[in-house]
Amino acid sequence: MEAEDLREEVLDLQTEPMELSMGPSHPAMHGTIRMVLQLEGETVVHVDVQPGFLHRGFEKMCERGTWSQVFPYTDRLNYVSPLLNNVGYALAVEKLLGVTTPERCQYARVILGELARIADHLTCNGATAMELGAFTPFLWMLKAREWIWEVLEEVTGARLTHSWVRIGGLAADLSEGFAERTRAILPKVEETIDESMRLLLGNRIFLDRTQGVGIISKEDALSLGMSGVNIRATGIDYDIRKVYPYLVYDRLDFDVPVGHDGDNYDRFVCRDEEMKQSIRMIRQALDQMPGPGAPFCIDDPKIVLPPKEEVYTSIEGTINHFKLIMEGIQVPAGEVYSYTEAGNGELGFYIVSDGRGTPYRVRVRGPCFANLQGCSLMITGRMVADIVPTFGSINMIAGECDR
Amino acid sequence: MAKIVLDRIRERFGDAVLETSSAQGDEVAVIAPDRWLDVASFARTDPACAMDHFIDLTCVDWPKRAARFEVVLMLRSSTTGKRIRLKARVPETDPKIASVTGLWLGANWFEREAYDMFGVIFEGHPDLRRILLYDEFEGHPLRKDYDAAKTQPLVPYRPEALDKLPPFGKDEGMPWERPVRPGREHSEG
Repeated sequence: MEAEDLREEVLDLQTEPMELSMGPSHPAMHGTIRMVLQLEGETVVHVDVQPGFLHRGFEKMCERGTWSQVFPYTDRLNYVSPLLNNVGYALAVEKLLGVTTPERCQYARVILGELARIADHLTCNGATAMELGAFTPFLWMLKAREWIWEVLEEVTGARLTHSWVRIGGLAADLSEGFAERTRAILPKVEETIDESMRLLLGNRIFLDRTQGVGIISKEDALSLGMSGVNIRATGIDYDIRKVYPYLVYDRLDFDVPVGHDGDNYDRFVCRDEEMKQSIRMIRQALDQMPGPGAPFCIDDPKIVLPPKEEVYTSIEGTINHFKLIMEGIQVPAGEVYSYTEAGNGELGFYIVSDGRGTPYRVRVRGPCFANLQGCSLMITGRMVADIVPTFGSINMIAGECDR
Repeated sequence: MAKIVLDRIRERFGDAVLETSSAQGDEVAVIAPDRWLDVASFARTDPACAMDHFIDLTCVDWPKRAARFEVVLMLRSSTTGKRIRLKARVPETDPKIASVTGLWLGANWFEREAYDMFGVIFEGHPDLRRILLYDEFEGHPLRKDYDAAKTQPLVPYRPEALDKLPPFGKDEGMPWERPVRPGREHSEG
Protein backbone atom coordinates (compact mmCIF):
# COMPACT_ATOMS: atom_id res chain seq x y z
CA MET A 1 0.00 0.00 0.00
CA GLU A 2 1.20 3.45 -0.85
CA ALA A 3 2.36 5.58 2.01
CA GLU A 4 0.17 8.59 2.70
CA ASP A 5 2.97 11.13 2.25
CA LEU A 6 4.13 9.70 -1.13
CA ARG A 7 0.94 10.46 -3.04
CA GLU A 8 1.38 12.97 -5.77
CA GLU A 9 -0.90 15.68 -4.42
CA VAL A 10 0.71 15.45 -0.99
CA LEU A 11 4.22 15.66 -2.41
CA ASP A 12 3.34 18.84 -4.28
CA LEU A 13 5.13 17.67 -7.43
CA GLN A 14 5.18 19.98 -10.37
CA THR A 15 2.70 18.57 -12.89
CA GLU A 16 2.52 21.48 -15.26
CA PRO A 17 2.03 20.23 -18.84
CA MET A 18 5.03 20.45 -21.09
CA GLU A 19 4.97 21.71 -24.63
CA LEU A 20 6.99 19.96 -27.30
CA SER A 21 7.29 21.05 -30.89
CA MET A 22 8.04 18.09 -33.13
CA GLY A 23 9.11 19.03 -36.63
CA PRO A 24 8.94 20.53 -39.21
CA SER A 25 12.45 19.24 -39.51
CA HIS A 26 12.77 16.22 -37.34
CA PRO A 27 14.29 12.79 -37.98
CA ALA A 28 11.01 11.05 -37.17
CA MET A 29 8.90 13.40 -39.27
CA HIS A 30 9.76 12.24 -42.76
CA GLY A 31 8.16 14.90 -44.84
CA THR A 32 7.92 18.37 -43.44
CA ILE A 33 5.22 18.64 -40.84
CA ARG A 34 5.00 20.19 -37.44
CA MET A 35 3.25 18.74 -34.44
CA VAL A 36 2.80 20.87 -31.37
CA LEU A 37 2.33 18.48 -28.50
CA GLN A 38 1.16 19.07 -24.98
CA LEU A 39 2.55 16.40 -22.73
CA GLU A 40 1.92 15.16 -19.26
CA GLY A 41 4.97 13.15 -18.50
CA GLU A 42 5.31 11.15 -21.69
CA THR A 43 1.60 11.08 -22.49
CA VAL A 44 0.22 13.24 -25.26
CA VAL A 45 -2.79 15.15 -23.97
CA HIS A 46 -3.25 17.58 -26.79
CA VAL A 47 -1.82 17.79 -30.27
CA ASP A 48 -2.00 20.32 -33.06
CA VAL A 49 -0.84 18.95 -36.39
CA GLN A 50 0.33 21.74 -38.68
CA PRO A 51 0.84 20.91 -42.35
CA GLY A 52 1.69 23.41 -45.07
CA PHE A 53 5.47 23.54 -45.08
CA LEU A 54 5.61 22.13 -48.60
CA HIS A 55 2.83 24.27 -50.05
CA ARG A 56 3.88 25.29 -53.55
CA GLY A 57 0.67 26.82 -54.87
CA PHE A 58 -0.04 23.83 -57.07
CA GLU A 59 -3.67 24.74 -57.75
CA LYS A 60 -2.76 28.32 -58.59
CA MET A 61 -0.02 27.24 -60.98
CA CYS A 62 -2.43 24.94 -62.82
CA GLU A 63 -4.54 27.97 -63.74
CA ARG A 64 -1.67 29.50 -65.73
CA GLY A 65 -0.75 26.88 -68.35
CA THR A 66 -2.58 24.59 -70.71
CA TRP A 67 -4.39 21.43 -69.63
CA SER A 68 -1.41 19.30 -70.66
CA GLN A 69 1.05 21.40 -68.70
CA VAL A 70 -0.47 20.21 -65.44
CA PHE A 71 1.17 16.76 -65.77
CA PRO A 72 4.59 17.73 -64.43
CA TYR A 73 2.90 19.23 -61.39
CA THR A 74 0.98 16.01 -60.71
CA ASP A 75 4.30 14.15 -60.59
CA ARG A 76 5.14 16.23 -57.58
CA LEU A 77 1.97 15.49 -55.65
CA ASN A 78 2.65 12.06 -54.32
CA TYR A 79 6.25 11.86 -55.37
CA VAL A 80 6.53 8.24 -54.32
CA SER A 81 4.04 7.01 -56.94
CA PRO A 82 3.89 9.76 -59.59
CA LEU A 83 2.41 7.60 -62.34
CA LEU A 84 -0.76 7.08 -60.34
CA ASN A 85 -1.20 10.86 -60.14
CA ASN A 86 -0.57 11.20 -63.89
CA VAL A 87 -3.30 8.66 -64.55
CA GLY A 88 -5.70 10.29 -62.10
CA TYR A 89 -5.42 13.67 -63.77
CA ALA A 90 -5.62 12.27 -67.30
CA LEU A 91 -8.80 10.39 -66.41
CA ALA A 92 -10.37 13.55 -65.01
CA VAL A 93 -9.76 15.57 -68.17
CA GLU A 94 -10.85 12.64 -70.34
CA LYS A 95 -14.06 12.43 -68.34
CA LEU A 96 -14.78 16.07 -69.07
CA LEU A 97 -13.86 15.62 -72.74
CA GLY A 98 -16.00 12.49 -72.91
CA VAL A 99 -13.35 10.28 -74.48
CA THR A 100 -12.13 6.78 -73.69
CA THR A 101 -8.59 5.66 -74.40
CA PRO A 102 -7.74 2.49 -76.38
CA GLU A 103 -7.27 -0.80 -74.57
CA ARG A 104 -3.51 -0.95 -74.83
CA CYS A 105 -3.28 2.44 -73.16
CA GLN A 106 -5.65 1.39 -70.38
CA TYR A 107 -3.67 -1.76 -69.67
CA ALA A 108 -0.40 0.15 -69.77
CA ARG A 109 -1.79 2.65 -67.27
CA VAL A 110 -2.89 -0.15 -64.97
CA ILE A 111 0.44 -2.00 -65.15
CA LEU A 112 2.58 1.08 -64.63
CA GLY A 113 0.23 2.36 -61.95
CA GLU A 114 0.40 -0.88 -60.03
CA LEU A 115 4.19 -0.89 -60.30
CA ALA A 116 4.13 2.61 -58.84
CA ARG A 117 1.82 1.42 -56.08
CA ILE A 118 4.22 -1.35 -55.12
CA ALA A 119 7.05 1.20 -55.02
CA ASP A 120 4.89 3.44 -52.82
CA HIS A 121 4.01 0.71 -50.34
CA LEU A 122 7.59 -0.58 -50.25
CA THR A 123 8.78 2.87 -49.28
CA CYS A 124 6.13 3.32 -46.63
CA ASN A 125 6.56 -0.08 -45.01
CA GLY A 126 10.31 0.11 -45.23
CA ALA A 127 10.43 3.54 -43.65
CA THR A 128 8.02 2.52 -40.88
CA ALA A 129 10.24 -0.43 -40.05
CA MET A 130 13.38 1.67 -40.17
CA GLU A 131 11.97 4.21 -37.77
CA LEU A 132 11.36 1.41 -35.31
CA GLY A 133 14.98 0.38 -35.56
CA ALA A 134 14.75 -2.33 -38.23
CA PHE A 135 17.15 -1.04 -40.82
CA THR A 136 17.67 -4.23 -42.84
CA PRO A 137 14.13 -4.55 -44.27
CA PHE A 138 14.30 -0.90 -45.27
CA LEU A 139 17.43 -1.48 -47.34
CA TRP A 140 15.99 -4.61 -48.91
CA MET A 141 12.75 -2.90 -49.78
CA LEU A 142 14.48 0.08 -51.31
CA LYS A 143 16.50 -2.33 -53.42
CA ALA A 144 13.24 -3.86 -54.65
CA ARG A 145 11.96 -0.37 -55.35
CA GLU A 146 15.07 0.24 -57.40
CA TRP A 147 14.24 -2.74 -59.65
CA ILE A 148 10.79 -1.25 -60.22
CA TRP A 149 12.22 2.17 -60.93
CA GLU A 150 14.60 0.65 -63.47
CA VAL A 151 11.64 -0.73 -65.38
CA LEU A 152 9.80 2.58 -65.15
CA GLU A 153 12.89 4.51 -66.18
CA GLU A 154 13.35 2.31 -69.20
CA VAL A 155 9.80 3.09 -70.32
CA THR A 156 9.41 6.73 -69.35
CA GLY A 157 12.95 8.04 -69.25
CA ALA A 158 12.71 9.24 -65.67
CA ARG A 159 13.05 7.50 -62.37
CA LEU A 160 10.65 9.65 -60.45
CA THR A 161 9.06 12.52 -62.33
CA HIS A 162 7.72 10.57 -65.26
CA SER A 163 5.09 12.93 -66.80
CA TRP A 164 4.45 10.08 -69.17
CA VAL A 165 0.68 9.93 -69.37
CA ARG A 166 -1.08 12.29 -71.79
CA ILE A 167 -4.65 13.39 -72.16
CA GLY A 168 -6.07 10.77 -74.50
CA GLY A 169 -3.23 8.31 -74.23
CA LEU A 170 0.44 8.01 -73.47
CA ALA A 171 3.55 9.90 -74.51
CA ALA A 172 4.85 6.86 -76.37
CA ASP A 173 4.19 3.18 -76.70
CA LEU A 174 5.66 0.78 -74.17
CA SER A 175 9.21 -0.07 -75.11
CA GLU A 176 10.18 -3.39 -76.63
CA GLY A 177 10.64 -6.15 -74.11
CA PHE A 178 8.71 -4.32 -71.42
CA ALA A 179 6.57 -7.33 -70.56
CA GLU A 180 9.58 -9.63 -70.19
CA ARG A 181 11.47 -7.17 -68.04
CA THR A 182 8.46 -6.63 -65.80
CA ARG A 183 7.81 -10.35 -65.49
CA ALA A 184 11.45 -10.85 -64.59
CA ILE A 185 11.45 -8.50 -61.62
CA LEU A 186 8.10 -9.57 -60.12
CA PRO A 187 9.37 -12.80 -58.46
CA LYS A 188 12.38 -10.94 -57.07
CA VAL A 189 10.16 -8.20 -55.62
CA GLU A 190 7.79 -10.79 -54.19
CA GLU A 191 10.62 -12.65 -52.54
CA THR A 192 12.06 -9.48 -51.04
CA ILE A 193 8.70 -8.51 -49.59
CA ASP A 194 8.24 -11.95 -48.04
CA GLU A 195 11.73 -11.99 -46.65
CA SER A 196 11.34 -8.54 -45.09
CA MET A 197 8.00 -9.48 -43.59
CA ARG A 198 9.49 -12.60 -42.03
CA LEU A 199 12.04 -10.41 -40.32
CA LEU A 200 9.43 -8.03 -38.97
CA LEU A 201 6.25 -9.95 -38.24
CA GLY A 202 8.01 -12.37 -35.93
CA ASN A 203 9.77 -9.62 -34.07
CA ARG A 204 8.45 -8.92 -30.61
CA ILE A 205 9.60 -5.29 -30.52
CA PHE A 206 7.99 -4.52 -33.86
CA LEU A 207 4.70 -6.14 -32.86
CA ASP A 208 4.59 -4.40 -29.49
CA ARG A 209 5.07 -1.03 -31.07
CA THR A 210 2.50 -1.48 -33.81
CA GLN A 211 -0.27 -3.69 -32.46
CA GLY A 212 -2.97 -1.78 -30.64
CA VAL A 213 -1.21 1.53 -31.33
CA GLY A 214 -2.68 4.36 -33.37
CA ILE A 215 -6.23 3.00 -33.42
CA ILE A 216 -8.99 4.70 -35.35
CA SER A 217 -12.60 3.55 -35.47
CA LYS A 218 -14.66 2.92 -38.59
CA GLU A 219 -17.03 5.79 -37.87
CA ASP A 220 -14.25 8.28 -37.28
CA ALA A 221 -12.40 7.13 -40.39
CA LEU A 222 -15.50 7.72 -42.54
CA SER A 223 -16.32 11.02 -40.93
CA LEU A 224 -12.74 12.21 -41.38
CA GLY A 225 -12.85 11.37 -45.06
CA MET A 226 -10.07 8.81 -44.85
CA SER A 227 -9.49 6.47 -47.75
CA GLY A 228 -7.02 3.94 -49.03
CA VAL A 229 -5.13 1.67 -46.68
CA ASN A 230 -6.00 3.91 -43.74
CA ILE A 231 -9.72 3.20 -44.06
CA ARG A 232 -9.32 -0.43 -45.13
CA ALA A 233 -7.31 -1.15 -41.99
CA THR A 234 -10.41 -0.33 -39.95
CA GLY A 235 -12.38 -3.02 -41.79
CA ILE A 236 -14.18 -0.98 -44.43
CA ASP A 237 -13.57 -2.54 -47.85
CA TYR A 238 -13.48 0.77 -49.69
CA ASP A 239 -11.18 0.29 -52.64
CA ILE A 240 -12.10 2.46 -55.62
CA ARG A 241 -10.67 -0.12 -57.98
CA LYS A 242 -13.39 -2.51 -56.77
CA VAL A 243 -16.25 -0.21 -55.75
CA TYR A 244 -16.12 2.20 -58.70
CA PRO A 245 -13.96 0.35 -61.25
CA TYR A 246 -12.12 2.48 -63.78
CA LEU A 247 -9.70 1.59 -66.61
CA VAL A 248 -9.70 -2.22 -66.86
CA TYR A 249 -9.73 -3.07 -63.16
CA ASP A 250 -13.09 -4.82 -63.55
CA ARG A 251 -11.43 -7.40 -65.80
CA LEU A 252 -8.74 -8.28 -63.29
CA ASP A 253 -9.14 -10.76 -60.50
CA PHE A 254 -7.86 -9.39 -57.21
CA ASP A 255 -8.78 -9.23 -53.54
CA VAL A 256 -9.07 -6.21 -51.28
CA PRO A 257 -7.26 -6.83 -48.00
CA VAL A 258 -8.94 -5.30 -44.96
CA GLY A 259 -7.91 -5.11 -41.32
CA HIS A 260 -10.15 -5.06 -38.28
CA ASP A 261 -8.57 -2.91 -35.56
CA GLY A 262 -7.45 0.10 -37.56
CA ASP A 263 -4.08 0.12 -35.81
CA ASN A 264 -0.55 0.48 -37.14
CA TYR A 265 -0.14 -3.25 -37.51
CA ASP A 266 -3.26 -3.54 -39.68
CA ARG A 267 -2.13 -0.72 -41.91
CA PHE A 268 1.29 -2.30 -42.23
CA VAL A 269 -0.06 -5.75 -43.10
CA CYS A 270 -2.69 -4.33 -45.48
CA ARG A 271 0.07 -2.63 -47.44
CA ASP A 272 2.06 -5.84 -47.49
CA GLU A 273 -0.90 -7.78 -48.87
CA GLU A 274 -1.78 -5.06 -51.36
CA MET A 275 1.66 -5.31 -52.92
CA LYS A 276 1.02 -9.00 -53.55
CA GLN A 277 -2.37 -8.21 -55.06
CA SER A 278 -0.75 -5.62 -57.30
CA ILE A 279 1.72 -8.21 -58.51
CA ARG A 280 -1.24 -10.50 -59.29
CA MET A 281 -2.90 -7.69 -61.23
CA ILE A 282 0.24 -6.89 -63.22
CA ARG A 283 0.63 -10.52 -64.28
CA GLN A 284 -2.98 -10.72 -65.48
CA ALA A 285 -2.82 -7.36 -67.22
CA LEU A 286 0.39 -8.33 -69.03
CA ASP A 287 -1.38 -11.44 -70.34
CA GLN A 288 -4.49 -9.56 -71.45
CA MET A 289 -2.86 -6.47 -72.94
CA PRO A 290 -3.13 -6.10 -76.74
CA GLY A 291 0.28 -6.52 -78.34
CA PRO A 292 2.57 -3.84 -79.73
CA GLY A 293 1.15 -2.13 -82.76
CA ALA A 294 -2.27 -1.69 -81.17
CA PRO A 295 -3.15 2.01 -80.77
CA PHE A 296 -2.09 3.57 -77.48
CA CYS A 297 -3.64 7.00 -78.06
CA ILE A 298 -7.09 8.05 -79.16
CA ASP A 299 -7.37 9.15 -82.76
CA ASP A 300 -8.37 12.78 -82.37
CA PRO A 301 -6.06 15.55 -83.66
CA LYS A 302 -7.80 18.03 -81.37
CA ILE A 303 -6.54 16.18 -78.31
CA VAL A 304 -3.44 14.17 -79.22
CA LEU A 305 -0.28 15.62 -80.76
CA PRO A 306 0.54 14.39 -84.28
CA PRO A 307 3.59 12.13 -84.80
CA LYS A 308 6.84 14.04 -85.13
CA GLU A 309 7.38 12.95 -88.78
CA GLU A 310 4.15 14.68 -89.71
CA VAL A 311 5.04 17.83 -87.77
CA TYR A 312 8.30 18.18 -89.68
CA THR A 313 7.08 17.17 -93.13
CA SER A 314 3.51 18.45 -93.56
CA ILE A 315 1.88 21.82 -93.04
CA GLU A 316 -1.20 20.23 -91.43
CA GLY A 317 0.98 18.48 -88.91
CA THR A 318 2.86 21.68 -88.09
CA ILE A 319 -0.34 23.65 -87.61
CA ASN A 320 -1.90 20.91 -85.53
CA HIS A 321 1.14 20.73 -83.30
CA PHE A 322 1.34 24.52 -82.97
CA LYS A 323 -2.34 24.86 -82.07
CA LEU A 324 -2.20 22.16 -79.43
CA ILE A 325 0.97 23.51 -77.85
CA MET A 326 0.14 27.22 -77.97
CA GLU A 327 -3.60 27.16 -77.31
CA GLY A 328 -3.91 23.85 -75.56
CA ILE A 329 -6.63 21.27 -75.79
CA GLN A 330 -10.01 23.00 -75.89
CA VAL A 331 -11.93 21.39 -73.06
CA PRO A 332 -15.68 22.05 -73.13
CA ALA A 333 -17.09 24.19 -70.33
CA GLY A 334 -18.25 22.20 -67.35
CA GLU A 335 -16.99 20.53 -64.23
CA VAL A 336 -16.27 16.98 -63.16
CA TYR A 337 -14.96 15.19 -60.14
CA SER A 338 -12.91 12.17 -61.05
CA TYR A 339 -11.31 9.91 -58.49
CA THR A 340 -8.87 7.04 -58.58
CA GLU A 341 -7.22 4.81 -56.04
CA ALA A 342 -3.77 6.30 -55.58
CA GLY A 343 -1.06 5.05 -53.27
CA ASN A 344 -2.72 6.51 -50.21
CA GLY A 345 -6.38 6.43 -51.13
CA GLU A 346 -8.85 8.50 -53.04
CA LEU A 347 -6.98 10.94 -55.25
CA GLY A 348 -9.67 13.18 -56.65
CA PHE A 349 -9.42 15.88 -59.28
CA TYR A 350 -12.27 18.37 -59.33
CA ILE A 351 -11.72 20.27 -62.54
CA VAL A 352 -13.69 23.23 -63.79
CA SER A 353 -13.39 24.42 -67.38
CA ASP A 354 -14.75 27.61 -68.88
CA GLY A 355 -14.28 26.20 -72.39
CA ARG A 356 -10.74 27.40 -73.02
CA GLY A 357 -7.33 25.82 -73.31
CA THR A 358 -6.42 26.70 -69.72
CA PRO A 359 -7.99 25.09 -66.67
CA TYR A 360 -10.28 27.43 -64.76
CA ARG A 361 -9.79 25.53 -61.57
CA VAL A 362 -7.98 22.32 -60.71
CA ARG A 363 -8.78 21.15 -57.26
CA VAL A 364 -6.72 18.27 -55.97
CA ARG A 365 -8.29 16.19 -53.28
CA GLY A 366 -5.15 14.64 -51.94
CA PRO A 367 -5.84 11.57 -49.79
CA CYS A 368 -3.09 12.49 -47.35
CA PHE A 369 -4.75 15.73 -46.30
CA ALA A 370 -7.78 13.83 -45.00
CA ASN A 371 -5.77 10.90 -43.67
CA LEU A 372 -3.41 13.11 -41.73
CA GLN A 373 -6.29 14.85 -40.06
CA GLY A 374 -6.98 11.62 -38.21
CA CYS A 375 -3.48 11.62 -36.79
CA SER A 376 -4.39 13.72 -33.76
CA LEU A 377 -7.16 11.25 -32.82
CA MET A 378 -4.76 8.35 -33.17
CA ILE A 379 -2.00 9.72 -30.96
CA THR A 380 -3.87 11.63 -28.27
CA GLY A 381 -3.56 9.68 -25.03
CA ARG A 382 -0.59 7.67 -26.29
CA MET A 383 3.09 8.05 -25.53
CA VAL A 384 5.45 10.28 -27.49
CA ALA A 385 7.26 7.24 -28.87
CA ASP A 386 3.99 5.98 -30.40
CA ILE A 387 3.85 9.00 -32.68
CA VAL A 388 6.71 7.62 -34.73
CA PRO A 389 5.11 4.34 -35.93
CA THR A 390 1.66 5.95 -36.18
CA PHE A 391 2.83 8.82 -38.30
CA GLY A 392 4.85 6.39 -40.39
CA SER A 393 1.94 4.06 -41.06
CA ILE A 394 -0.41 6.88 -42.07
CA ASN A 395 2.12 7.46 -44.86
CA MET A 396 1.71 11.19 -45.12
CA ILE A 397 3.32 12.46 -48.31
CA ALA A 398 3.78 16.19 -47.87
CA GLY A 399 3.68 16.94 -51.59
CA GLU A 400 0.15 15.65 -51.81
CA CYS A 401 -0.99 16.95 -48.45
CA ASP A 402 0.26 20.51 -48.87
CA ARG A 403 0.12 20.73 -52.68
CA MET B 1 -26.74 7.02 -60.26
CA ALA B 2 -27.55 9.09 -57.22
CA LYS B 3 -30.70 10.54 -58.74
CA ILE B 4 -32.72 9.22 -55.80
CA VAL B 5 -30.66 11.29 -53.41
CA LEU B 6 -31.14 14.43 -55.49
CA ASP B 7 -34.88 13.82 -55.69
CA ARG B 8 -35.05 13.27 -51.95
CA ILE B 9 -33.30 16.55 -51.22
CA ARG B 10 -35.42 18.44 -53.72
CA GLU B 11 -38.60 16.94 -52.32
CA ARG B 12 -37.64 17.82 -48.76
CA PHE B 13 -36.28 21.32 -49.32
CA GLY B 14 -38.14 22.52 -52.43
CA ASP B 15 -37.21 26.14 -53.08
CA ALA B 16 -33.95 25.97 -51.17
CA VAL B 17 -32.58 23.76 -53.96
CA LEU B 18 -31.77 26.34 -56.60
CA GLU B 19 -30.72 24.00 -59.39
CA THR B 20 -29.68 20.41 -59.98
CA SER B 21 -27.71 18.73 -62.70
CA SER B 22 -26.34 15.31 -63.57
CA ALA B 23 -23.76 16.10 -66.23
CA GLN B 24 -21.08 13.43 -66.77
CA GLY B 25 -22.74 11.25 -64.15
CA ASP B 26 -21.97 13.66 -61.28
CA GLU B 27 -25.06 14.56 -59.27
CA VAL B 28 -24.97 18.21 -58.26
CA ALA B 29 -27.38 20.31 -56.22
CA VAL B 30 -27.02 24.05 -55.67
CA ILE B 31 -28.37 25.04 -52.29
CA ALA B 32 -29.42 28.43 -50.93
CA PRO B 33 -26.60 29.39 -48.54
CA ASP B 34 -28.93 30.01 -45.60
CA ARG B 35 -30.16 26.39 -45.74
CA TRP B 36 -26.63 24.93 -46.19
CA LEU B 37 -26.42 23.33 -42.79
CA ASP B 38 -29.98 21.95 -42.92
CA VAL B 39 -29.42 20.27 -46.27
CA ALA B 40 -26.03 18.91 -45.24
CA SER B 41 -27.50 17.59 -42.03
CA PHE B 42 -30.36 15.96 -43.95
CA ALA B 43 -27.91 14.36 -46.38
CA ARG B 44 -25.99 12.95 -43.45
CA THR B 45 -28.88 11.60 -41.40
CA ASP B 46 -31.63 10.69 -43.84
CA PRO B 47 -31.55 6.89 -44.31
CA ALA B 48 -32.04 7.15 -48.09
CA CYS B 49 -29.07 9.53 -48.41
CA ALA B 50 -26.83 8.40 -45.51
CA MET B 51 -23.86 10.44 -46.71
CA ASP B 52 -21.52 9.38 -43.93
CA HIS B 53 -18.25 9.48 -45.87
CA PHE B 54 -16.82 12.96 -46.14
CA ILE B 55 -14.91 13.39 -49.40
CA ASP B 56 -14.01 16.98 -50.10
CA LEU B 57 -14.88 20.57 -49.42
CA THR B 58 -13.49 23.32 -51.60
CA CYS B 59 -14.34 26.57 -53.29
CA VAL B 60 -14.35 28.06 -56.80
CA ASP B 61 -13.99 31.78 -57.41
CA TRP B 62 -16.21 33.42 -60.06
CA PRO B 63 -15.34 37.14 -59.78
CA LYS B 64 -17.93 38.27 -62.31
CA ARG B 65 -20.88 36.61 -60.65
CA ALA B 66 -22.97 38.38 -58.04
CA ALA B 67 -22.41 35.54 -55.61
CA ARG B 68 -18.70 35.21 -56.15
CA PHE B 69 -17.61 32.18 -54.16
CA GLU B 70 -18.99 28.76 -54.87
CA VAL B 71 -18.48 26.44 -51.92
CA VAL B 72 -18.44 22.81 -53.04
CA LEU B 73 -19.02 19.87 -50.72
CA MET B 74 -18.57 16.31 -51.93
CA LEU B 75 -20.01 13.38 -50.08
CA ARG B 76 -20.32 9.64 -50.39
CA SER B 77 -22.48 7.08 -48.71
CA SER B 78 -20.63 4.04 -47.41
CA THR B 79 -23.84 2.01 -47.37
CA THR B 80 -25.30 2.77 -50.80
CA GLY B 81 -22.09 3.84 -52.53
CA LYS B 82 -23.80 6.91 -53.98
CA ARG B 83 -22.00 10.20 -54.34
CA ILE B 84 -23.33 13.72 -54.37
CA ARG B 85 -21.97 17.23 -54.73
CA LEU B 86 -23.61 20.11 -52.90
CA LYS B 87 -22.84 23.71 -53.77
CA ALA B 88 -23.72 27.08 -52.32
CA ARG B 89 -22.86 30.51 -53.65
CA VAL B 90 -21.91 33.32 -51.31
CA PRO B 91 -21.24 36.96 -52.23
CA GLU B 92 -17.90 38.70 -51.79
CA THR B 93 -19.39 41.35 -49.52
CA ASP B 94 -20.55 38.77 -47.02
CA PRO B 95 -18.57 35.56 -47.67
CA LYS B 96 -20.08 33.59 -44.83
CA ILE B 97 -21.53 30.11 -44.72
CA ALA B 98 -22.35 27.68 -41.92
CA SER B 99 -19.64 25.22 -40.97
CA VAL B 100 -20.38 21.50 -41.34
CA THR B 101 -17.68 20.46 -38.88
CA GLY B 102 -20.39 19.26 -36.52
CA LEU B 103 -21.54 16.71 -39.10
CA TRP B 104 -18.22 15.41 -40.41
CA LEU B 105 -14.97 15.65 -38.48
CA GLY B 106 -13.08 15.85 -41.75
CA ALA B 107 -14.63 19.18 -42.68
CA ASN B 108 -12.38 20.89 -40.14
CA TRP B 109 -9.18 21.08 -42.15
CA PHE B 110 -10.95 21.41 -45.48
CA GLU B 111 -12.87 24.47 -44.28
CA ARG B 112 -9.68 25.92 -42.90
CA GLU B 113 -8.09 25.45 -46.30
CA ALA B 114 -11.00 27.12 -48.10
CA TYR B 115 -10.72 30.01 -45.66
CA ASP B 116 -6.99 30.17 -46.17
CA MET B 117 -7.16 30.15 -49.96
CA PHE B 118 -10.38 32.07 -50.62
CA GLY B 119 -11.27 33.94 -47.46
CA VAL B 120 -14.66 32.31 -47.04
CA ILE B 121 -15.72 32.44 -43.40
CA PHE B 122 -17.23 29.26 -42.00
CA GLU B 123 -19.49 30.25 -39.15
CA GLY B 124 -19.39 27.92 -36.19
CA HIS B 125 -16.00 26.45 -37.09
CA PRO B 126 -14.17 25.64 -33.85
CA ASP B 127 -10.73 26.74 -34.99
CA LEU B 128 -10.81 28.83 -38.16
CA ARG B 129 -7.20 29.82 -38.86
CA ARG B 130 -4.86 29.45 -41.81
CA ILE B 131 -3.64 25.96 -42.46
CA LEU B 132 -1.30 25.79 -45.46
CA LEU B 133 -0.05 29.37 -45.29
CA TYR B 134 1.39 31.32 -42.38
CA ASP B 135 -0.39 33.85 -40.21
CA GLU B 136 1.33 36.90 -41.73
CA PHE B 137 0.33 36.03 -45.31
CA GLU B 138 -1.56 38.86 -46.98
CA GLY B 139 -4.58 38.02 -49.10
CA HIS B 140 -6.10 34.78 -50.28
CA PRO B 141 -4.06 33.30 -53.13
CA LEU B 142 -6.61 31.21 -54.99
CA ARG B 143 -8.85 34.19 -55.63
CA LYS B 144 -8.73 35.09 -59.30
CA ASP B 145 -7.70 38.67 -58.53
CA TYR B 146 -4.64 37.52 -56.61
CA ASP B 147 -1.76 37.89 -59.05
CA ALA B 148 0.21 34.68 -59.26
CA ALA B 149 3.46 36.66 -59.50
CA LYS B 150 2.72 38.72 -56.39
CA THR B 151 5.40 38.67 -53.75
CA GLN B 152 4.62 38.71 -50.08
CA PRO B 153 6.21 41.12 -47.63
CA LEU B 154 9.01 39.78 -45.50
CA VAL B 155 7.85 38.66 -42.11
CA PRO B 156 9.67 40.78 -39.54
CA TYR B 157 12.01 39.06 -37.15
CA ARG B 158 9.93 37.48 -34.48
CA PRO B 159 11.02 38.46 -30.98
CA GLU B 160 12.05 35.58 -28.75
CA ALA B 161 8.80 35.63 -26.83
CA LEU B 162 6.88 34.21 -29.77
CA ASP B 163 3.19 34.00 -29.11
CA LYS B 164 2.19 30.45 -28.64
CA LEU B 165 0.53 28.95 -31.65
CA PRO B 166 -2.91 27.51 -31.09
CA PRO B 167 -4.11 25.37 -29.40
CA PHE B 168 -1.91 26.79 -26.67
CA GLY B 169 -2.60 30.07 -24.95
CA LYS B 170 0.19 32.54 -24.24
CA ASP B 171 0.44 31.46 -20.66
CA GLU B 172 0.50 27.74 -21.38
CA GLY B 173 3.43 25.39 -21.64
CA MET B 174 7.07 26.26 -21.41
CA PRO B 175 8.26 29.72 -22.35
CA TRP B 176 9.90 30.21 -25.72
CA GLU B 177 12.37 32.79 -24.44
CA ARG B 178 15.95 31.79 -24.14
CA PRO B 179 18.82 33.81 -22.72
CA VAL B 180 20.34 36.18 -25.28
CA ARG B 181 23.97 36.94 -24.80
CA PRO B 182 24.88 40.62 -25.17
CA GLY B 183 25.85 41.57 -28.71
CA ARG B 184 24.33 38.44 -30.25
CA GLU B 185 20.72 39.58 -30.37
CA HIS B 186 20.23 38.75 -34.02
CA SER B 187 22.28 35.65 -34.49
CA GLU B 188 20.29 33.69 -31.96
CA GLY B 189 17.10 32.46 -33.42
